[in-house]
Order: sequence, then structure tokens, then C-alpha cells
Amino acid sequence: MSPKRRKAQLDADERFPSAPLDGPLLEVDGIKTHFKTPRGLVRAVDGVSFSLERGRTLGVVGESGSGKTVLSRSIMGLLPKKNVVREGSVRFENREVGQLPPQEMRHIWGSQMAMVFQDPMTSLNPVMRVGKQITESLLYHLDISRTYANELAVALLESVGIPEPARRMREYPHQLSGGMRQRVMIAIALACGPKLLFADEPTTALDVTVQAQILDLLQSQQRERFMAMILVTHDLGVVAGRADEIAVMYAGKIVERAPTKVLFTEMRMPYTEALLQSIPKLSDKSHTRLRVIGGRPPQLINPPTGCRFAPRCPYVQDKCRTEEPPLMPAETPGHEFRCWFPVGTPEGKAALERNRQAGIAPAAEDVAGNGKTATTAAAPSETA
Amino acid sequence: MPEPPADTLTDRQIAGEAAAEGLPVDAGFEVAIAAAEAGTEGVAKKRLGFGAWLSIAWLVLLLLVMALAPVLPIESPRARVNGLAFQQPLCNAADCVAGHPLGGDAIGRDMLSRLIYGARNSLFIAGMATVIGFLVGGFLGLVAGYYRGRTESVVVGLLDVMLSIPALILALSLATFLQDRIQDIVGSSETAGRLTLTFALGIVAIPTVGRITRANTLVWSQREFVTAARAQGAKNFRIMFREVLPNVVPAMAAIALLALGVLIIAEAALSILGAGITPPAPTWGNIITEGFDYLTNGRAPHIVFEASAIIFFTVLAANYLGDAVRERFDVREARL
Repeated sequence: MSPKRRKAQLDADERFPSAPLDGPLLEVDGIKTHFKTPRGLVRAVDGVSFSLERGRTLGVVGESGSGKTVLSRSIMGLLPKKNVVREGSVRFENREVGQLPPQEMRHIWGSQMAMVFQDPMTSLNPVMRVGKQITESLLYHLDISRTYANELAVALLESVGIPEPARRMREYPHQLSGGMRQRVMIAIALACGPKLLFADEPTTALDVTVQAQILDLLQSQQRERFMAMILVTHDLGVVAGRADEIAVMYAGKIVERAPTKVLFTEMRMPYTEALLQSIPKLSDKSHTRLRVIGGRPPQLINPPTGCRFAPRCPYVQDKCRTEEPPLMPAETPGHEFRCWFPVGTPEGKAALERNRQAGIAPAAEDVAGNGKTATTAAAPSETA
Repeated sequence: MPEPPADTLTDRQIAGEAAAEGLPVDAGFEVAIAAAEAGTEGVAKKRLGFGAWLSIAWLVLLLLVMALAPVLPIESPRARVNGLAFQQPLCNAADCVAGHPLGGDAIGRDMLSRLIYGARNSLFIAGMATVIGFLVGGFLGLVAGYYRGRTESVVVGLLDVMLSIPALILALSLATFLQDRIQDIVGSSETAGRLTLTFALGIVAIPTVGRITRANTLVWSQREFVTAARAQGAKNFRIMFREVLPNVVPAMAAIALLALGVLIIAEAALSILGAGITPPAPTWGNIITEGFDYLTNGRAPHIVFEASAIIFFTVLAANYLGDAVRERFDVREARL
């Protein structure tokens, strides 16, 4: 970026002096977010820990209701205080920010951590010009003049690939297409040069042809700015080529975490396997039945004892239903999973074989690939 | 063949065209949208219709006449003109006093002058009362809708209590309560009457505007862009006034312009009931009160009719303009 931008970044650093450049940027330890509802406590995020280095991308994958969005909002501290129980520690640049009041967080929001939201249709203010929405946070966080903020905003719009940025500055969100609006959202999030960017399903609301463009844009901006990114998505394909590390979430917990390549080659968790198998393959014959993960994600009010995936797991054994597996390390460093009978190990194979011979049909029997029809009507969209 | 395949050529041409326009090639579809937008620009822009312009003309005329009343060639609203009593409007007969197109009232005062000076009182009161209702009600509604919780319960409770008292009775009791106190402070009885009615009607307008504002704030505060603003570090007041309020203002403005109409009528009603500005000073309400007897006995119905017609056209213009302005300046998706 321009020297001007770099100067703006320097100003931001002065206002929020950063820790020395060692140690991970973000350390999340045992974070729990529970919602109080009339029907009981919803354990949306139930003990998630990970750390993220500067300039790296973590992909968080899971189906609807697995707690991915709540996780990212918990880390940022964006959830309402009312009826929310939040525990655990969030360390940002070696500083505990998990329990900071909003007045303190305000100096971190935008300038240190920023978020790109899911739906660009509703996350831009319909009655405010695009330019103003970008300069608002510039003027708030950085001590700069209005003219300079406008120049920065035009430069930002240009850097996110918006043609005629000066003209777009004066337009309202409804005059832009979905892809352009998401670009504007990205420009707003990047405005104050955050060190950590949350992208909460940034492409879900967009046309498929635009999705790749937006993801490429996020990736290139992330590299250019040496920014860490947490990419939340329900689509393994989205994170496959773009994340350094992937965390698979199920029912509020991380069930498998590994560097991207390792995850795809040496997956251990049956849920990850099922997710991957549910992606339709172009090489399949036409009219091939789509593979689904039968059943539904468990209720988060009274989650099943033992492994939470047990009711839908083709490898399920008695032990799975009573004892919850801890996060166990795999052979490759940095690879962890939660399973008693992991995929690709002798125990796993034996368990699958036993189930097949005993004719035990878990909700997800067809995931094992025996070609029978799904027993429940889980929509394919839920499984990816 | 030495010739290059045709499709390669086309690709290159397309890329060249895009580059010539200084656009990234992958932004092709956005270019298409921009082009489509440019084509429909004339259609998309709404204009103010004839009715709206007529309303503007009427209100501007009223305001001008009000402002210029002292320099206009009209009688004083309190001066009695010999022989003008009960004179019909547009009187051409030989015994008519010339120069009084709207006729005279029961004691020979010029109707035109009384209506103009009446407007100065009536419109000032209704306008200022609307402003009070808009500001106070709007603020309360915005705070209640944004903060929720206890703040909301208190504010909504307060507004409900105010709404539970019939508006006219509330205004009447407020007016009688305020009258003497304000009179003590300002001295002049006409000014005191003006201020009394302004405050009384302003307070009555608060709950209506407050409820509408709160309801709309509730909806807009749930939108993702509010969270997005928070995630960028915006403070509560900033979000309330910069992000939420601009979205709520169209609804507030619509209800405020409606309220303006209702308050003009309410002021007249209070004057008819004898609260507020006392008779020698003209207001539209006072004029109607004074002409009432001559409407029922048929001697001079024009006194009531003229004042009523002016109220009617003013209220109609305010409402019509309110709708038209809201439609014209609505920049939201609805316009697409």
C-alpha cells in the first residue's frame, strides 16, 4: 500500500502500543459461550482452544448450528451481555481481552480485530453513502483529517477491486451489486489495518461466480498486510486451498484440528470424513445419490453423553456413547482429533467392520459407502 | 492452418476492451450492471408530482404572508372598520366597503387580516409543538428502542400513561395548569397564550412520535450493520444517532407531518374551548369560535367557513407533502 496508509498504521500503533512480535497473535483457551433460554442453557460454544500466529489463516468448518459464528463473535466480544455466559480466556498479543468491557474493546475493534459479515445486503447501512461508512471508522481510530480520510477510502476501494472508486464513494449501498457490497464490507474491515480479520461466511450470500473472486481478494489482502485471518465457513472447499490450518467444529467443540494438507490426507475424525464425502464429485456418474450425514446435529441444550457425533457415526461403539473422547494428538505435530476409533487406524477399521457385520445402522449408515438410501431426510445443504 | 483459432481471438478482444476501459477483466459483470444502471437512471429517479408542488406553493405562500403581515396593505386584525360588520366575501354591491376581499366579522374587523395574523399564532403553535414532540419523543423512542431493558420499560410505561389520558383532556388540563405560571413569567397575555398552547400540545405529541420511533428503532437496531459498526469500534451514541437514526427519520418525519395537521386542529379545538390565547387576539380557532353563532343563525357563515377552509388546505398540504417527500427521499432498497 501507499506510504500514507503505512503512516496511518503507525498512528494506530501509537494509540494502541502492540506487544513485541513474538508469540502467537491470538490464543484462545477453553472458551465457552452459553445462552440462557427459557428451555435451558444452550451450549453454543463448549470449550474451544486454539492459537493463531501472525499472518496465518485458520479455517473454521462445521455445519449449521455447530457454533462457528458464535465462536468468532465470542472471541471478538460482540455478543450481548444479557443472557450470555462467557468463560475462558482470549489472549490477543499476550494481553487478556476476554473479559474487557466494551469501552476498552472499542480500541481493539476495527483497529486491531475486524470482521467481515456474512450478508453484505444487511451489514451496510442503507441510508449512508459508501464513502462515509468507510471514513467513519478511519476518523474514529486514526487522528487524521477528513480530506485525508477520503483519500484513504478511495485508495481502499481501489485496492479491493472496485472500479471507479471515487464515484462509488458517493453512492448508496443499494446501487451496488452483492459482490461489490461485500468488497465494500472488506474495505471497511481493512480500513484501520487490523492484525486479525474474522471472515464470517463471507461468501454465503453471494453468487457462486463471485465467491471465488471475494475469497481470492481476502487472501491477497491478507498476504499483503501480513494479517491473521479466521475464515468461518460451512464449505470445506472454501478453506481447502486458502487456510493454513483447519479446525472442524461439531456441536460447539473442535473435533479435529490439523494443518490443511494433513487434514485432507490423514483425517482421523469420522465427522471430517463424512463432511468430505458429502461433497459431490464431478467424476461421479449422473444420478448418483448425494451422500448425506444422516440425522441432525445434536441439541445443544442437553448434548448426548459421550461423543457428540456418536448417534450419527458409522464407527460408533459402546464406548463412544458413554465416554467423551478428549482431543488426542495424532502422529503429525499440530494434528489433534476427538475420536476413540479414528478413521484410518486398525481400531477404526475394526469398529466399522464390527458395525457392518452386526448390521448396526447408525443414522448415517450410507456415509460408510454401502450404497443404501439415507434413513433420514437430511437436506444435502445441511451436510456440506 | 496458420490462422489462429477464432475463439482465442475473441477472448483477447474482450480482455483488450476491458483493459481499455481501465477495469479488471473479472469485473465484467459489474460493468454490465453499471451500464444497466446508467440506462435506467431517468426512470429510477422519482419526481415530486403536481400535488406536491401545489402543497409547497400553498405552504410557502402562507409562510410568506405570515412573515410579511406587518408590511402588507391590510388593516390591523383588531381595528374595526365602519360598515364592514357581517360583510360577505367578494362583495360587489354599492354599500360594500371596498378592499376587504374576504369580508368582515361580527364587529367589523377585516377577515383577511385576522386570518393572516391568526396563522401567525396557529402555525407557530402547531409547528413548535411538533418540533417539541419530534425532539423529545424521538429521543425517548430512540433510547428506549436501542438500549432495551429497564430504560425501555420506564420510557414505554411513561408514554403509555400519557396515551391513556384522552389527548384533548390532557392538553386542556396542561394548558390550564401552565397558563398562569407562564403568564407570571412573560407578562404579555398573547405571548403567554402562545407558549402555553405550544407546550401543552408539544407534550401531547410526545408519546405518538415516541412510540413510532421506538418501534422503528427496535427493527433497525437488530440489523447486521449495527453489529458491523460495533465491530468497527463505534460507541453507542454514535451508532444510535449516525447509524440507526437516519433510518428511522423517514417514519418520524411522516408521523410528524401528520401530527402537524392534527395539532393545527387541536389548537383550534383548545381555542374553541377557551384555553390558550384569549379572544381579541386572533387564532384560527378563535375566529371559528367567534363566528359560530353567526353560522347557526345564518347571518355570516363565511366567518367559520373561511377559517375552516384555511385549516383544511393547510393540513391537507402538510400531509400530502409529508408522503411525497418521504417517497422522494427514500434511498433504500424499496426504490429499486
